[in-house]
Amino acid sequence: MIWNVARTALIALRRDRGAMVLSFVLPLAFFTIFAVIFGKENNSTPKVTLIVVDQDKSEGSESLVRALEQDGSLWVHRTPVTQKGVPTGPEYTAATAEAAVKAGDAPVALIIPAGFGQHPIAFGPDSGGSTLELLNDQSDTIAPQIVVGLLQKAAITSMPSAMADEGMKYADKYVGGFTPAQKAKMHEDLDALRKEEASGKIGVGSRRSGSGTDSADAGIIAVNARAVVGETKKSPMISFYAAAIGVMFLLFTASGSAGALLDEAESGTLERVLSTRVTMTKLMAGKLVFNTLLAFVQLVAMFLWGWAVFKLDFFSHLPGFAVMGICTAFAVAAFGMLLASLCHTRAQLGALSTLVILIMSSIGGSMFPRFLMPESMQKAGLLTINAWAIDGFTKVFWRDLPVTALWPQVSVLLGIGVVLFVVARRIARRWECA
Amino acid sequence: MTASAQRIGVGPALEVDALVKRFGDLTAVDRVSLKVRAGECLGLLGPNGAGKSTLIRSMVGRVIQDSGRVMVMGKAAGSTEARMALGWVPQELSIYPRISCRENLGSFGRYYGLKGHALKEAIAWCLHWAALEEKQNEVAKTLSGGMKRRLNMAAGMMHRPKVVLFDEPTVGVDPQSRNRIFEMIEALRDAGTAIVYTTHYMEEAERLCDRIAIIDHGRIIAEGTKEELVEGTFGRRSQVLARFAGGKDEIEAWAQRHGGRVTQETAEFTIEQAGEIAPLLEDATKAGLELEDLSLRRPNLESVFLHLTGRELRD
Repeated sequence: MIWNVARTALIALRRDRGAMVLSFVLPLAFFTIFAVIFGKENNSTPKVTLIVVDQDKSEGSESLVRALEQDGSLWVHRTPVTQKGVPTGPEYTAATAEAAVKAGDAPVALIIPAGFGQHPIAFGPDSGGSTLELLNDQSDTIAPQIVVGLLQKAAITSMPSAMADEGMKYADKYVGGFTPAQKAKMHEDLDALRKEEASGKIGVGSRRSGSGTDSADAGIIAVNARAVVGETKKSPMISFYAAAIGVMFLLFTASGSAGALLDEAESGTLERVLSTRVTMTKLMAGKLVFNTLLAFVQLVAMFLWGWAVFKLDFFSHLPGFAVMGICTAFAVAAFGMLLASLCHTRAQLGALSTLVILIMSSIGGSMFPRFLMPESMQKAGLLTINAWAIDGFTKVFWRDLPVTALWPQVSVLLGIGVVLFVVARRIARRWECA
Repeated sequence: MTASAQRIGVGPALEVDALVKRFGDLTAVDRVSLKVRAGECLGLLGPNGAGKSTLIRSMVGRVIQDSGRVMVMGKAAGSTEARMALGWVPQELSIYPRISCRENLGSFGRYYGLKGHALKEAIAWCLHWAALEEKQNEVAKTLSGGMKRRLNMAAGMMHRPKVVLFDEPTVGVDPQSRNRIFEMIEALRDAGTAIVYTTHYMEEAERLCDRIAIIDHGRIIAEGTKEELVEGTFGRRSQVLARFAGGKDEIEAWAQRHGGRVTQETAEFTIEQAGEIAPLLEDATKAGLELEDLSLRRPNLESVFLHLTGRELRD
């Protein structure tokens, strides 16, 4: 009898495609996504984009920059580049580099000050070495640490002569002084070492690291890190999570709300409405308007909650919020309409929306920040509404950028909304005349 | 001049002309022609799958016909003018369950382009017509079955159409509510509305309909008043219905010998004189058939339907 009960349940499961998808496809999809992001087999920690401003232009600073450029963990940009990596415009200055970090073009910028080549490294806090400046974006807490570590490694591998020179100065000072003959011999050896560095036989390129996971303690190169984005924020990540979680649940709400179309089709109300003066296009447009407003109100509620409970600076960002909120709400509403038009029943819609929304949310940055993901997955994330919405809200609440800076996100979200709605409308022709 | 003749207009309010609709190899509606005049109620009877729903949906303009045409008040079905002249009460409860009666009527009124004072008047008229005034603020899904049916009907009347299609409006309704629905339809008909009424209940057709069209396999197989249909099918003959115990083949053979037929285990004959019954039974006894039940009756609409389609109306 127990077997009979189990058998009946098995037959019911086989007939329920939605349950099958949720039982098998969704876990496999999630397993794959998490494995790609965090798994070892992928072996590709996301590269950090680093802007470098070399104000020194010395042999030593050039060696250091070349060492950083050849590190597999960094994308080093001395000039602004296009999306395909083609350099555009003049080299960064300290001001433009800071602006670029603020704009989100890179999480970190390194300023090598004039005079660095004269005294690049120091074996102690009082030794008077040059101090590099690291400008960083607080929303990415990992990138500055990676850069500082790699900087120390680059110094060791790219400037052995400087290290030897500094070492001898220490020895001269604390051991009791070298004789003139010893000093002459040391300078002769250092010159030879510098020649070998210049020829590339040692130093840069001779010991390249591909993993970028080894770190160096701060010490031989002094670095002064300064947050240029988010340094005054009371609750650094609240706006990110309000947008990230908000968009994910907006997607669920929108698909559920659009499901009313399926209820009406099933009950015959849809056909009756279409027998009045209401056309299918007007009907769907009406539902799109409602679902957009519903989603926007949800976003307002979420950000107000963030303001009331987590001190999110909501009211000084109202214009940007309104623009991003409307565009995001429009895109998710159109997405819900598309899912509803693709399905024949509520059960189908439930299964499909759960599958698609969770996958979109995971690769789109609603579950964990996209900068933690491998490069390929970061690019895949750009196919999701989540990624564009989060980027837009981040620009507003984190980077304090003006509304005009939102044009890429606004364009993409509106474009997504229009395309999805047009496709949904075409699919909905099945509900029109037979 | 009879009462029905007085209220029925001259020109057709609804006209179906040689309508054909196919779904793949299936011809759902096969060269159907019908006319319904103002103040007239046409009953559309047919077994399940006969093509009634497709025909009704063609009248609404929800079906793209393969050939033929449907005109509502002189305008092609589906056009804006035709939509505004036509009211449709589907068999399913096609209302919004989570909003009140008044809100439902308001929604459908707006879908028909009503607003302001006209909308308020239409809501008030429909609530009164459907006897739902006291329930106007109750959510639709909490109403009784009969009230939901009446609300379903009222939603199709908001724009005061000149032609109304009722698709089995009394399904699942108790006798008291059914009577109320009859009164609503009679009031519409008497006010000059052209009505097409589909039903599985013969007594409804007999009470409400001025004419009846019987549809089967997509074709109109008979059309006329009740009297015309009975006269045309049976003439002045009466029906003999007999049930026997015995082999099915023997019963069918016996029925065929006497020009009758067996439908749903009942042998059916038509006779002109009562004296024709005795020879029939005598032959049945000789064939070894044991009589269980015998009845003689004047043919009615049900007899016509059964005779023409070979099926009970409620099959």
